[in-house]
Amino acid sequence: MSLLALPETALASLGRACFAGLAAVGRVAIYAAVTLWHIIRPPFYGREFFSALLSVGWLSLPVVGLTAIFTGGALALQIYAGGQRFSAEAVVPQIVAIGMVRELGPVLVGLMIAARVTSSIAAEIATMKVTEQIDALTTLSTNPMKYLTVPRVLAGFLTVPLLVGVGDIIGIMGGFLVSTEQLGFNRASYIKNTVDFLQTADVVSSLIKGAVFGFIATLIGCYYGMNSGRGAQGVGSATKNAVATASILILAANFVLTSVMFGQ
Amino acid sequence: MIELSNVAKTFGKNRVLRGVNLTIPRGQSMVVIGGSGTGKSVLLKSILGLVTPDSGRITLDGSDVREANRDAFLARFGMLFQGGALFDSLRVWENVAFRLMRGATKRPKDEARAIAIEKLRRVGLKPETADQFPGELSGGMQKRVGLARAIAAEPEIIFFDEPTTGLDPIMSGVINALIREIVTEMGATAMTITHDMSSVRAIADRVAMLHDGLIRWTGPVSEMDQADDPYLQQFIHGRAEGPIESVR
Repeated sequence: MSLLALPETALASLGRACFAGLAAVGRVAIYAAVTLWHIIRPPFYGREFFSALLSVGWLSLPVVGLTAIFTGGALALQIYAGGQRFSAEAVVPQIVAIGMVRELGPVLVGLMIAARVTSSIAAEIATMKVTEQIDALTTLSTNPMKYLTVPRVLAGFLTVPLLVGVGDIIGIMGGFLVSTEQLGFNRASYIKNTVDFLQTADVVSSLIKGAVFGFIATLIGCYYGMNSGRGAQGVGSATKNAVATASILILAANFVLTSVMFGQ
Repeated sequence: MIELSNVAKTFGKNRVLRGVNLTIPRGQSMVVIGGSGTGKSVLLKSILGLVTPDSGRITLDGSDVREANRDAFLARFGMLFQGGALFDSLRVWENVAFRLMRGATKRPKDEARAIAIEKLRRVGLKPETADQFPGELSGGMQKRVGLARAIAAEPEIIFFDEPTTGLDPIMSGVINALIREIVTEMGATAMTITHDMSSVRAIADRVAMLHDGLIRWTGPVSEMDQADDPYLQQFIHGRAEGPIESVR
């Protein structure tokens, strides 16, 4: 290959990668639209929905709680140490509250859900595909989108905001425990400062982010599961790609939502 | 009657079906034989609409399957998958009664369970099996549960995808005998794909051999051994030498 052809080849590769990326975005968007269409049209599978509520929401509580409490505690220590540099240690309750509710709560819960739920959904549905269970559903006159995707995505959309709410509270509690037990803050004034400082918009933004992240995490898990390749390698690849994509999309959505809700 | 006319399907550069013509008469048991990777499963899935052919026409009782109402069309079929394809999260009876508890044919739970237990009994499984999960069963038992699920809604047409793969010879014989009995008893049209010649002789009324994306030979099972097609003869006698290339 001549040296002159190198830039052309590189550009062609870049172009192909861009087209492939855009095609993937298009496929996910179509999948999301089809999912939304099926959400509003019967039949509805109540048992699968309640099972998904339990798996996505209730069983994620321990990991969400532990993540939030340690993050809240670490945040309090960081803000206290940083605030000391300009004699602003007293703002720990307010910054922990706003930091947890507006940003860390939703993002960390979203990422934990991507790790726990997206991976599990992708692996489960991919295994069902590999073992022909998806084909079996179709031959039994059951639409796999309705039976597998809709219950999980709806459960993610409804339960992740609740998990975010719980995560916010536990994170603030983590900051409270560290601040009052280790940094010498007064308990009553810590709580008063937190409650006085937080606004309804902060909490609402947190819950909206939770709903969007829950939708993304479950949708991507289902998408990669349904489109997995063959064999164990196909299942592994679907799971890995689902978690990576969901995590990136959650972080990107967080930026967009923050810009829309709090951008100047 | 199921009719396939010039059905073709390509995956990437691989032309799996190159214009298949095949007729499966009503009430007959057709067995499609052929080596691994010759497109037998694709053929079967094309009829069910799980795979969309690139060209050609598939009709069921004269109507194009692509134009049929999907639910009504699928309600006429039952299928036994190669690996059973049982739903791990559901109990055995819920697997068997899956169709009976959903859609247009939905029945009360107790009735669906009773039918499931009756179908399990029909395939030689005890009622206690009903409350187990598929993961707790042996391969042979899973095949029987898959068979019970395929016949639960008493379909007109039953497809069997490699029904004896992975089973020992005795269990294979049991499954073959069950399939023959059930198909005869129900008067169903059956289509089986396999490369197990004992299955062919036990199940088939008619045989079709698929090779290189085309039907090489088709006829009554009684004429199979006398047929002069060299591909068919090599296959049914399991010879390494012959027109079918084998990788050694």
